[in-house]
Amino acid sequence: MAKRYESWGRFPDAQPSTVVDLAWTQDLELPSLSSPILAYGKGRSYGDVCLNSDGTLVAMEQCARILDFDRENGVVTAEAGISIQDLLRVIVPHGWFVPVTPGTKYVTLGGAVANDVHGKNHHRVGTFGCHVRALTLHRTDGTVYVCTPSQHADVFAATIGGMGLTGIITTVTVALLPIASRMIDEESIKARSLREVIELTMASDHDWDYTVSWIDVLASGSSLGKGLVLRGNFSTVSDGTLQATWNEPLLRIPFQGPAWLLSKPTIALFNTVWYGKQFGRMHRRHIDLEPFFYPLDAVERWNILYGSRGMLQYQCVVPLDGGEDAMRRILSTMQAGGISSFLAVLKMFGAARSPGIMSFPRPGLTLTLDMPIGGKRMFDALDRCDEIVHEMGGRIYPAKDARVNGAMFRAMYADELAQFRPLIDPGMSSTFWRRVSEE
Amino acid sequence: MASQTPTRIVIIGATSAIAQEVAKLYAVQGARLFCVARDESKVMAVAADLRARGAEEVAVYVADLLMRDVHANIVEQSRTFLGTIDCVIIAHGVLPDQHTLDHDVDATIASFMVNAVSVISFAHRYADVLEEQGSGTLVGISSVAGDRGRASNYAYGAAKAAVTTFFSGLNVRLRQKGVYVLTVKPGPVDTPMTRGITLPLMVPPRVVASDIVRAVARRTMVLYTPGVWRFIMALVRAIPEFIFVKLTKF
Ligand SMILES: Cc1cc2nc3c(=O)[nH]c(=O)nc-3n(C[C@H](O)[C@H](O)[C@H](O)COP(=O)(O)OP(=O)(O)OC[C@H]3O[C@@H](n4cnc5c(N)ncnc54)[C@H](O)[C@@H]3O)c2cc1C
Repeated sequence: MAKRYESWGRFPDAQPSTVVDLAWTQDLELPSLSSPILAYGKGRSYGDVCLNSDGTLVAMEQCARILDFDRENGVVTAEAGISIQDLLRVIVPHGWFVPVTPGTKYVTLGGAVANDVHGKNHHRVGTFGCHVRALTLHRTDGTVYVCTPSQHADVFAATIGGMGLTGIITTVTVALLPIASRMIDEESIKARSLREVIELTMASDHDWDYTVSWIDVLASGSSLGKGLVLRGNFSTVSDGTLQATWNEPLLRIPFQGPAWLLSKPTIALFNTVWYGKQFGRMHRRHIDLEPFFYPLDAVERWNILYGSRGMLQYQCVVPLDGGEDAMRRILSTMQAGGISSFLAVLKMFGAARSPGIMSFPRPGLTLTLDMPIGGKRMFDALDRCDEIVHEMGGRIYPAKDARVNGAMFRAMYADELAQFRPLIDPGMSSTFWRRVSEE
Repeated sequence: MASQTPTRIVIIGATSAIAQEVAKLYAVQGARLFCVARDESKVMAVAADLRARGAEEVAVYVADLLMRDVHANIVEQSRTFLGTIDCVIIAHGVLPDQHTLDHDVDATIASFMVNAVSVISFAHRYADVLEEQGSGTLVGISSVAGDRGRASNYAYGAAKAAVTTFFSGLNVRLRQKGVYVLTVKPGPVDTPMTRGITLPLMVPPRVVASDIVRAVARRTMVLYTPGVWRFIMALVRAIPEFIFVKLTKF
C-alpha cells in the first residue's frame, strides 16, 4: 500500500504523481525531477499548502541531521527535515529552546520557515523567520543559494513565509532562546466576555512572554467570546529540570472517528466542561513545557477523530483598532452558519515585523478555529468571514487554508504578491498556489 | 558485571540508515565513535550530527569498502583513535535488483563482494582485535533474507547467509574469550535501500536500532527484529524444498 500524503485537515485529497523520499540533501537533483515540485515536511499544515496534486512531492523528513550546534551562543544549523521535537531533545538539555514554536512539536524546520510560523510569544519576538540567520535553498534550475538577511536578501525574504514556492530549503540556521528550566509559571484567568479576554490579553502582554486565550465559540449574547486567558513565562530558577526525559504521546488514535463524534452537541458539551472545569477566577500552575506548549501532542493523530470528511481550520488577523467588533461579527457569522468549533484561540500579534514578504502575522488580533467539514452553508459563512476580515484590512493564514476564494486571497495579499511573484521558482507549485494564484 | 553500554565504537558503513540510528542512540550517551563510509560529504554530515547529539568525539574514515587493501589500515586507525574498542558494528551493504542480477554474473559477484566478502574481511580482522583485548562486542547486520534463498533476492540472501554463518562461527570461537558476537537479522526495513518497495511488517530503522542497542546491552547472540521474524523464519526454513518451490510468492 502506497503511503498517502495528507495535510492535517485531511481535506482536500490531493495525491502527488511522484514522491521523492529524500534521504540525503546531497542527492537532491531538482532539475531531473518533473515539475511542478513541492517540498513536504510533516504535513502539519491544515490545508493544501503542503499538497501537490499530480505533481512531485519531495518528502524531507529523513534529512534530519544537525550540522552544527553552538552550545555557548545558542545557534543551530540543521537539515530542513528535522522536527522541532527532535531538535528540542538535543538543545533543551543544554539550556536552549526554539525561539518560536507552533502548537505542535511535530513540524519540520523547513515547514516552520516556509509558513513563517508564530507562537504564543509573537507579541514579544515576532515569527520564526525573525530568528533565522541563514538558509540553503535549492532551485529547480540547479542553482543553490545560501541566503541570509543580507546575502540574497530578496530570496531570503521570499522564502520565509514563501509556502515552499521559492525552491527547496535544505538547511536552516536559527538563533535559539536561552532557558534555565523546562518549567513554566502559568496563570489561567477566566474571562466572561470577549471584551474581558482582549483587555486581559493587553494587560498581560507586558509581563508575560507567552499569552493565548481559549474561547467558547458557542456562547452567545453578552457572554459571546467568554473564555480562558492563559499566560506563562519560563521559570528562571535553575531547578535541574533541563535533563528531564520527554514524554511519548499518551494515546494514538488508531482509526477514523464516526461523523457524530465531533459534531455540534459533543462540541458544546466539551466547551462547557472545559470552561467550567476551572472554578476560581484565577488558577496558577507550575508546569512542564510539554503540556504548556503542546497539549494536543499528547494524543497522536487526533485529527482523524474528525472522520473521513476531515476538518478545516480558519485563522485570520485583523488590526486591533476595531478588532473587537470584527471578532464579534466573525463569531456571530460562524454561529449563524452553524459552525461549531472545539478549539477557538485568540491571540494578540505584536509589532515585530518578519523579514518574510508573504508572512501572515500583522499587528492585531488573530482568531483561530477548528471545525469539521460541513456543507455549503459552512463554506458560505467562511466566505462572509473573509469579507469582514478583508474590509478591516486583515488577512487569512495560508498554512491553515483549504478553501479561500482566489480573488479574495489576492486582494488580501495584493502588495505582497506583487513583490513575491517575481521571486517564485517557476518549477515549484502547490495545490494551494494553483487554487489562489490565477484568475 | 561492568557497565554494558559501549562507549568506544567502530561503525563500518556509517551512512547506512540502520547504522545512523544506532550511532545516534550511542551518541546521546556520550560515546566516542569511529565512522567509516564511502561518501565523504554524507559521512561528514553524519559525524556532525553525532557530535551535536552528544558524542564525545567522532572520527571519520572515507574509503571504498570494496578495496580490501584499506581494511587493515581502517582497523589500525580505529584502534589508535579509540584505544580499547567496546563495540564494532558492521553495517554496510547493497540491495541489488535481483531481476537484473538474474542475467548478470559479474554484477552478482560484485554484490557478493560487498555484502559478504568485505563484511567477512572486517569481521575477521576485528574479531582478532577483540580477542586480543579479551573484551568487546562484534555486531553484524545480516538479514532474514539469509535464512532461505528466495527467487526475489537470492544473491543478497546468499551473501547474508555467508555473514550469518561466519558470525555464528565467530560467536562459538570467541564466547570463551570474553568477546560477544551479535548477529542482527532485520526483516524489511524502510530505508533508502528499499525505497519504492512496500513489504509486510516493514519497520523504520529507528525501531531496528533500538532493538540492536538493547540486544548489545543484553548480550543477545541472534536478534530478529522485529521479533516476529524469528517465528516466521522458523516456519519458512521448515518448509520442504519441493513445497517451497511452489510458493512462487516467495
Ligand atoms: C496542532 C497544530 C498546531 C499548530 N499551531 C500553530 C501555531 O501556533 N502557529 C503557526 O504558525 N502554525 C501552527 N500550526 C501549523 C504548522 O505549524 C505549520 O503548518 C507548519 O508549517 C507545518 O510544518 P510541516 O513541517 O508539517 O510542513 P508541511 O505542512 O509539510 O509544509 C508546510 C509548507 O512548508 C513547505 N515546506 C516544508 N518543508 C520545506 C522545505 N524543506 N523547503 C521548502 N519548503 C518546505 C511546504 O511546501 C508547505 O508549503 C499548527 C499545526 C497543528 C497541526
